[in-house]
Amino acid sequence: MTVYNFNGQACSEGKIKAENLNFYYGNFQALRNINLDIPGCAITAIIGPSGCGKSSFLRLLNRMNDLIYGSRIEGTIELDGKNIFDKDVDVVDLRKNVGMVFQKPNPFPISIFDNIAFGPRQHGKKNKIELEEIVENSLRKAALWDEVKDKIEQSALALSGGQQQRLCIARVLSVEPEVILMDEPCSALDPMATLKIEDLMRSLAKNYTIIIVTHNMQQAARVSDNTAFFMMEEDRSGSLVEYGSTSKIFTNPKDKRTEDYITGRFG
Amino acid sequence: MRNISAKQTQKIAMAGIWGGGVITLLLLIVIIGYVLIQGLPGINWEFLSTNPKGGLSGEGGILSTVVSTLYLIGITLVILVPLGIGSAVYLSEYAPNNRLTRIIRYGIETLAGIPSIIFGLFGYALFVTALSFKFSILSGALTLVCLLLPTMITTTEEALKAVSYSYREAALALGTTRWQMISRIVLPSALPGIVTAVILCIGRAIGETACLYVTMGGSAAMPSSLLEGGRTLSLHVYYLAMETNAMGKAMATAAILIIIIILINGLTNWLAGRFQRKMKGIS
Repeated sequence: MTVYNFNGQACSEGKIKAENLNFYYGNFQALRNINLDIPGCAITAIIGPSGCGKSSFLRLLNRMNDLIYGSRIEGTIELDGKNIFDKDVDVVDLRKNVGMVFQKPNPFPISIFDNIAFGPRQHGKKNKIELEEIVENSLRKAALWDEVKDKIEQSALALSGGQQQRLCIARVLSVEPEVILMDEPCSALDPMATLKIEDLMRSLAKNYTIIIVTHNMQQAARVSDNTAFFMMEEDRSGSLVEYGSTSKIFTNPKDKRTEDYITGRFG
Repeated sequence: MRNISAKQTQKIAMAGIWGGGVITLLLLIVIIGYVLIQGLPGINWEFLSTNPKGGLSGEGGILSTVVSTLYLIGITLVILVPLGIGSAVYLSEYAPNNRLTRIIRYGIETLAGIPSIIFGLFGYALFVTALSFKFSILSGALTLVCLLLPTMITTTEEALKAVSYSYREAALALGTTRWQMISRIVLPSALPGIVTAVILCIGRAIGETACLYVTMGGSAAMPSSLLEGGRTLSLHVYYLAMETNAMGKAMATAAILIIIIILINGLTNWLAGRFQRKMKGIS
């Protein structure tokens, strides 16, 4: 089956492949037997009630959960056919390739320019002209350039919440990732700012693989090509209930629990 | 007693808080004011530019003691600051939460509570005698480092912990190494707190007398190297007040001491502010 994204592009299948994935915080199992095949150059939404493990799953994809003491993984996640948990995978390179946008906008307390230039600088780019080019391109791609081009040396903390979040997206773009993970990127934003981020996501999907965790079902329906529905089992571990094209999940779900959730009967 | 309304409770609480603030400020003004009023008339060029000559009337000035003090503080900070920040970074960013770490923390807390004269005796035994640095500025500085390290570490660690976890996540998610994240984001963000730690340590270093008396000796001669003894300003104040009848000179020396503390604090704050502005890209 060939999947097409919003822009009519054919998605490459199997960009990210989770197989028999189990994830534990200490003795607590947070994810149970996840199998998920995420296409490239598409937007995949992960929805589900609070505590269903959707954020935990997202944070496995760039191994941010490595930071959590006592967490443990079974199974594999393949990125372009390579298991990201293999010993020879450098987690620093992985995170460069798989960027992340967080729930709360988190610009560094430095200038707008330095925020965007931070990643490239740490990866060895020192040339001022080259850095200026990267900063401008990243801000343009994040639809923020016109709003900030005259105050690029000012503190990023002076921007509005929505601008800060687009700045964070620009910061991710500056290190040229292939995949962008978004963990409820609009939950701290007002509807107008949310709309802007959603437009931005669609334009980015031409060139990037985007995976978004959201508890806003309308948002999933609006922006995503595919939707995965996660839910808690009785032991509170999260598992994948249903996965398919967004139109199918929202109009004709196969599983009763998916239907109950998207029609607002729980969650 | 009748029930007091919420508004009245608020008034009483505010009065208490204001009172506390005013008393603190008054104390500060009275002490500094008293020392300055008593001390400033005794300060003149001769006082500043000659060494103490000794004697019951406290002849001479304070030049060598100022030099010894600045010398001592400089050497102490050069050793203390990197060591303290390094330990704090280890404890806050790298140390796993295990028994060894708990023992280290317990050790630091215990050290922080030990009286300075005990550090003085230790410094005398180790630096002055065993390592034969003699009574010297080096012995004094190394002893001060031991004394101040717990303060430096705990205050710096608090500053590091106050840096939002979201900055750390954002930096790591951009594919930086842990060290890049710490050196480029966490340490600069924690700088105001680290400066506070340094100022705190400078203040204590300037105020120490007992532990320096047994490691630096009390020579009032001008020190010409690290391995010579010296007398700090505080020690000189003590000496003037207890061994001579030159109370005016003691006050004048105390005034100089206070002025030096204010200058060093101002300088440290200014440097930190400049660095932070540069980091925020305002410069």
